[in-house]
Amino acid sequence: MSEAIIDVKDLKVAYGKNEVLHGVSLAFPAGDLVALVGPSGCGKSTFLRSLNRMNDEVGNVNIQGTIKFKGQDIYADGSDLVALRSAIGMVFQQPVPFPFSIYDNVAYGLRVAGYTEREYLDQRVEESLRQAAIWDEVKDDLKKSALALSGGQQQRVCIARQLAVRPQVILLDEPTSALDPISSSEIEETLLTLKRDYTLIMVTHNLQQASRISDRTAFFLNGNLVEYGRTEEMFLRPRQEVTSEYLNGRFG
Amino acid sequence: MKRKNNAKLQNKIAMITIYCLVGTVCLILLGILGYILGTGLPHVSWHFLTSESSSFQAHGGVRDQLFNSLYLLVLTLIISVPIALGAAIYLTEYARDNWLTNLLRTMIEVLSSLPSIVVGLFGYSLFVIKFELSFSILAGALTLTFFNLPLLTRNIEEALRTVPATQREAGLALGLSYWKTVYGVVLPSALPGIITGIVLSAGRIFGEAAALIYTAGQSNATVSYTDWNPFSPTSFLNVMRPAETLAVHIWKVNSEGLIPDATLVASATAAILVIVVLIFNVSARALGNFIYKKITSAR
Repeated sequence: MSEAIIDVKDLKVAYGKNEVLHGVSLAFPAGDLVALVGPSGCGKSTFLRSLNRMNDEVGNVNIQGTIKFKGQDIYADGSDLVALRSAIGMVFQQPVPFPFSIYDNVAYGLRVAGYTEREYLDQRVEESLRQAAIWDEVKDDLKKSALALSGGQQQRVCIARQLAVRPQVILLDEPTSALDPISSSEIEETLLTLKRDYTLIMVTHNLQQASRISDRTAFFLNGNLVEYGRTEEMFLRPRQEVTSEYLNGRFG
Repeated sequence: MKRKNNAKLQNKIAMITIYCLVGTVCLILLGILGYILGTGLPHVSWHFLTSESSSFQAHGGVRDQLFNSLYLLVLTLIISVPIALGAAIYLTEYARDNWLTNLLRTMIEVLSSLPSIVVGLFGYSLFVIKFELSFSILAGALTLTFFNLPLLTRNIEEALRTVPATQREAGLALGLSYWKTVYGVVLPSALPGIITGIVLSAGRIFGEAAALIYTAGQSNATVSYTDWNPFSPTSFLNVMRPAETLAVHIWKVNSEGLIPDATLVASATAAILVIVVLIFNVSARALGNFIYKKITSAR
């Protein structure tokens, strides 16, 4: 395993008295696409949202254990949330474009970060939209509202918006579950190209999707990590009986 | 089969009842509006709009009252919009869901149902007497701010709440600070609703009389519309002069007017008031849509 970019040790997360993660340890190698799978309510989304501290926004949450991003504990006192979330971006289940034009959506994070030079912005917007594989579809309509795009296009604009701020890791929370099959496969294509430059961590309910595009798969059940390994191995020869049952659709 | 017929019949009865109720509401509203415009509009003329009101003779106008109403409205909004916006942003974005926030909300609700005459007398004792502002536009504007704040805060809060939580998450996940998310993502999305809320509350301010009788006063100082120095006592911009508004004028002409054409003047003034409020409401919608389009597409 190459060096881990994110290293999670014994992560426990509780909402009030209800503990939903019971001590999960997982290391993410840089440059891999890791799929987090498991039945609803198994804690995989909570796990994902701990990695960029989005759980902080939920009141009454208690987080224990350590998460190191490039060696730094992200839950340490004085950890810079803004910097963390710029480095670890997130794409949501529903496409959430801001109610601006396509251009302004992608440029927004850059403008906030203080980049205002028009030429530079133009260049970064184009580069990001190309990387998200949507440039050809929208290049003539950059001034149009992002809300006017189809769901799949909106999702790719959201991915481009993340890419524009040059994160190192992108968290994806069921990025295709709200989309039709064609849009989903377009997003999958996009993710496969992004894998070259970014570390991707994706929660998905779609096991075929996990097996098609991920390098590694982590199987969660009832707040525990059951099995974690190379995707081909895990789908062909799962080590645990329960993993095999889940992958074969006997529950979930 | 019998059950199904029953369901159909019930549905029909419910529909008819609802249509009747809606019809009644519409009839009442149209009746009032029609009556006001019908009795008032024939007496509205250019002369009426542009001449001073008279105290004893017929054929006075409402020039000063119309200007005063608009001026008071603008001043009130200048004071109350920033405060209400701040309060609403705090309540929707920052306040934790605890007893203190609930208490705050309850107080705002109570304040919004306070009779305006009570707000007026409160303004009188605080601004006119205690702060020695005397009967003045400033005292009136401050009192109207008290009157307007609860409703405006609620309106803006509602507008902010219509912005989905996912928008806020998306902003935060992009590495924006919380304030930047609120300012850059939530506020622009909510702007059309906020503008509509402001303009609707403006209609209420514009028609308010009771809160102004004891604060802005019931008389007009002689003003000059060419004197642009707001500190000059005769300037139309002077905020320390007493000022009668359209709504107060209606009340005064009707209750203690000495002019022979009091009823006509009151009706015509009421018609003007209603028309201005109508213009507010229609333009609120147009302005909100326009700004939303402006923000969401090309900048």
